[in-house]
Amino acid sequence: MAWVVAINTFREAVRDRVLYNLIFFALLMMAAAVFVGQISVGIERIVIVNLGLSAISLFGLVMAVFIGVGLVYKEMDKRTLYSLLSKPIRRSEFLLGKFAGLLLTLAVNTALMTLGLAAALFYVSRAFARADFSILVAVYFILLELALVTALALLFSCFSTPLLSIAFTLSLCVAGVLAPDIRSLGPITGSRPIEAVTTLLYYALPNFSNFNFIAAAAHGRSIPLSLIFENSAYAAGYVAVILLVAAATFSNRNLK
Amino acid sequence: MAIPAIEFEGLTKDYFVGFWRKRPRRALDALTFQVDQGEIFGFLGPNGAGKTTTLKLLMGLTFPTAGAARILGCPLDDVRMHRDIGYLPEQPYFYDYLTARELLDYFARFFGFGAAERRERVSRFLEMVGLGAAAGLPLRKFSKGMLQRIGIAQAILHDPQVVFLDEPMSGLDPVGRREVRDIILNLKQQGRTVFFSTHILSDAEMLCDRVAVLLNGKLEGVGSPEQIVAIEGQGSEILAELPAGRDLPSLLAAHATRTGSRYRLEVAEPDLYDALDALRACGARILSVTQLKPTLEDYFFKLVGRQKPAPFAVETVER
Repeated sequence: MAWVVAINTFREAVRDRVLYNLIFFALLMMAAAVFVGQISVGIERIVIVNLGLSAISLFGLVMAVFIGVGLVYKEMDKRTLYSLLSKPIRRSEFLLGKFAGLLLTLAVNTALMTLGLAAALFYVSRAFARADFSILVAVYFILLELALVTALALLFSCFSTPLLSIAFTLSLCVAGVLAPDIRSLGPITGSRPIEAVTTLLYYALPNFSNFNFIAAAAHGRSIPLSLIFENSAYAAGYVAVILLVAAATFSNRNLK
Repeated sequence: MAIPAIEFEGLTKDYFVGFWRKRPRRALDALTFQVDQGEIFGFLGPNGAGKTTTLKLLMGLTFPTAGAARILGCPLDDVRMHRDIGYLPEQPYFYDYLTARELLDYFARFFGFGAAERRERVSRFLEMVGLGAAAGLPLRKFSKGMLQRIGIAQAILHDPQVVFLDEPMSGLDPVGRREVRDIILNLKQQGRTVFFSTHILSDAEMLCDRVAVLLNGKLEGVGSPEQIVAIEGQGSEILAELPAGRDLPSLLAAHATRTGSRYRLEVAEPDLYDALDALRACGARILSVTQLKPTLEDYFFKLVGRQKPAPFAVETVER
């Protein structure tokens, strides 16, 4: 039953004109492709890939957070959930459907932006190189990152207002990016308890730095297959845990 | 023996109010009764009595503090049972980016209907609730009455055994109310159970096999509308005509309604014959004596303490 909810969530996003952000991305890529050759010599590819991947990540992040925090809250607030939950669907299936629907939206959005990036890259390079494959891997990592952010936003959406959920999700995103720095902070203090806490935080926080391969892709460095598997497993595991916590929270919640 | 459609066993719900020191407020107090299959059952009570809370508990939208309920013999947390039930929430609201047809198609998918069957059902039920012409209209453009109609359609789209309707007549014009009444009667003819909450008592009186009356979360009575109102006879209405130049005794006249030479009096049952004697004594011609049948509304008013004025008592007149 989750897929029925997922398709409807995707349809909602499309009808809410969420994909209009693609126009801004296209304009950004066109402007970059035209002007980058004039201001940089020999590093056009690096600039375009850096800019394009950063924009894909940022646009996706904004979508994941701002749509994600309303996924469940909006349905509870408007009481559209009342009719839905009287149908033969479990609350956990509803959550899974909402998650999958937003992820599908993000995937379509990211795929279309990647096509825009490829067009801009082709415009400045006049050809694709083998090293450009790493861009696709970097895009895949961005999608994994977005899956994590979506799961976090969905979790907060189950028990908090959108404004607070945005604050919680963005805070965790920032903390997740800084996770390796938090871990290295422990040994510097020389305190065992603090070191234990920072290590614990490192493992508990979503480690977003794992997924940042924009610079590597821009420089055409290859990304090892093992890392792709590791990151995939990490994201899948983390998302599964968050969704389980969200399902447990939401399944016991009294709707107003 | 057939399984009851709905069984309540001490169903209780407390809400916690207050910011710092949360205090429990009892919304529903040990509700115990059952609804048989094939009945149209009215769930009556003033605003805040606990009707919507009960329906939300039955739908698994909130969870009971104590007690239990079963629908078609299944516990409330059994989602498979939802294949056999339909629910219209109070003041329903649906995805406004969908059209009426898309909404019903979306809900129909949860019951595993194929594409052809979904198309047929959606068209049939849209026609049934009078929305055939608005099938392609986005729900954001729907009026309150139209939302109520699409809400009823989604509740019965899959031919459920038990249909729960929370204030189904709300927001509907007289034509719409008549159509919904027909739909409810039609469901009964098909052998389905309809459990609906309402505060429009004439609808309950007209439709229901049995009703339950809820007040401040407590069950005040369960039975047929006739049983519920048959607490005591309320009295009789006398229509009398006086010859020209004659007047009613002043105390009688003070409680009578006059239209030309005709008078209408309401008297309590034990005082009927005394009132008739008094009227004859002053030369009145008795046109009719009709027993006043108490309505569900009278019972309801009495229950909530806003009783209608008591019938006129003759002994006060004779003094």
